[in-house]
Amino acid sequence: MKAAIVSLTIRWRNPSALPGFGLSLGLTLFYLSAIVLIPLAALVIKPWSLGFDGFWHVLSNPRVLAALRMSFGGAAIAAAINSVFGAIAAWVLVRYSFPGKRFLDALVDLPFALPTAVAGIALSALYSTNGWLGGPLSQLGIKVSYTPLGVIVALTFIGMPFVVRTLEPVLAELNRDAEEVAATLGATRLQTIFRVVLPMLLPSLVTGATLAFARAVGEYGSVIFIAGNLPGISEIAPLLIVIKLEQFDYAGAAAIGVIMLAAAFALILALNLLQNWAAAHR
Amino acid sequence: MRITLSVVAIGVIVSFLALPLLLVFSYALSAGVSAALSAIKDPDALVAIRLTLLVAAIAVPLNAIFGIAASWAITKFDFHGKGVLTTLIDLPFSISPVVSGLVYVLIFGLQGWFGPELRDHGIKVIFALPGIVLVTMFVTFPFVARELIPLMVDQGREEEEAAVSLGASELQTFFHITLSNIKWGLLYGILLCNARAMGEFGAVSVVSGHIRGLTDTMPLHVEVLYNDYEFVDAFAVASLLALLAIVTLIVKTLLEWRYAEEIAASHRH
Repeated sequence: MKAAIVSLTIRWRNPSALPGFGLSLGLTLFYLSAIVLIPLAALVIKPWSLGFDGFWHVLSNPRVLAALRMSFGGAAIAAAINSVFGAIAAWVLVRYSFPGKRFLDALVDLPFALPTAVAGIALSALYSTNGWLGGPLSQLGIKVSYTPLGVIVALTFIGMPFVVRTLEPVLAELNRDAEEVAATLGATRLQTIFRVVLPMLLPSLVTGATLAFARAVGEYGSVIFIAGNLPGISEIAPLLIVIKLEQFDYAGAAAIGVIMLAAAFALILALNLLQNWAAAHR
Repeated sequence: MRITLSVVAIGVIVSFLALPLLLVFSYALSAGVSAALSAIKDPDALVAIRLTLLVAAIAVPLNAIFGIAASWAITKFDFHGKGVLTTLIDLPFSISPVVSGLVYVLIFGLQGWFGPELRDHGIKVIFALPGIVLVTMFVTFPFVARELIPLMVDQGREEEEAAVSLGASELQTFFHITLSNIKWGLLYGILLCNARAMGEFGAVSVVSGHIRGLTDTMPLHVEVLYNDYEFVDAFAVASLLALLAIVTLIVKTLLEWRYAEEIAASHRH
């Protein structure tokens, strides 16, 4: 009996000279279960107290659908904007040298470090019609704060570092031979960038954009101040969860939460596939 | 083209990323330094500052211990299911902060799994300190492990194996070899973990109940002030959080320059 257990243990893990396997893995599994897995299980179970019809009823409500569309659509647009400007920023930060470059590079991480509520009130004030940027923009007839455009601005802000930080190490390691070959064969700089550099960067660009999208879909703090939160127009899904909780509609809140959780799992899967693609691409 | 791209990149970083930060300080000081200081010295603000520090002081060390244990198990041993375990540890990063708060309400809230029992025993989790600490731990769960795992994979196991075979005790091996090898990476992870723990808004706002002067952390206090149109006060308290972000960025950048080889490979620019 004991021998059987030992052989099972050995098959499950390779023998090691180092101590502490049981302790460290046990602690990890206990903590992971208590803080993350069991709470998430509670979320997955809860909405079914409504039955499938009740669950469906919550999600097919026009206000809920509009909020999900705002969160997912806004995150997609923000990720697209970040792909363009994040790629340009990464390119300039890796390829060119100019005074203050390291300072600018450090600034890219600001949306990671700045608490979302602070970003939220700052963006809201910045883009309101009497704000530093919102003022000139409103003269041009563009209203940002308290509109869906404001949601997209906030989601772009918090997603930007993901694209830049994913691209930078890849750009730094990029083999420049191909670019030089293209140039000596008579390609223009633009042709080289679009035909040679961009295809090599594509896997990491898509990875960075997916990370930015994943972050933006669930974003709350930086959005709610600038969004205006008009139901059906600029209301995001996480806010609707908060509203339902305030009305003690736990099952309704959990129904939207489960959709957000499912999206998170789908994105993790997509990122794993992307990683394999990027590895194969190199 | 070089100049066009540089102008676009610098323009985006300065006007889009840095301008909001500048605005926080400018608005905070718009009514003078004394007005900003009095907003920070307000009793409710002081309670919020104390609560934020207390929550971080509980959540960050616990997550650091977990992060070390998880990376030790994952990098020093070979076993099945390692990939799944790593993915599960990263999971909280992909989950909306509001959903993170929601799951704890579903468990400890009055209509939740343990809600009635906890109420009968007079224990408050939701709308109280334990709930705020729990969601903060959830949200900042992966930070330390995520920094340490790639670093410890890079460093391998030879040094620890040598120490053990030469007769070092388990604790000696851990403190003299492992901890001294990972100390800068650990500090890096703790730094990011702390910044998020002090700044977390969505998850905490769901479980705190917004009891002013009792369960409002600094980010929640900023929200309350802002929604009450006390803009100078809101930006004054926000400027403290912005300072935290600036200090975090400076220390992070210094660590990346000075100890590039001793923090995770992904951060070597």
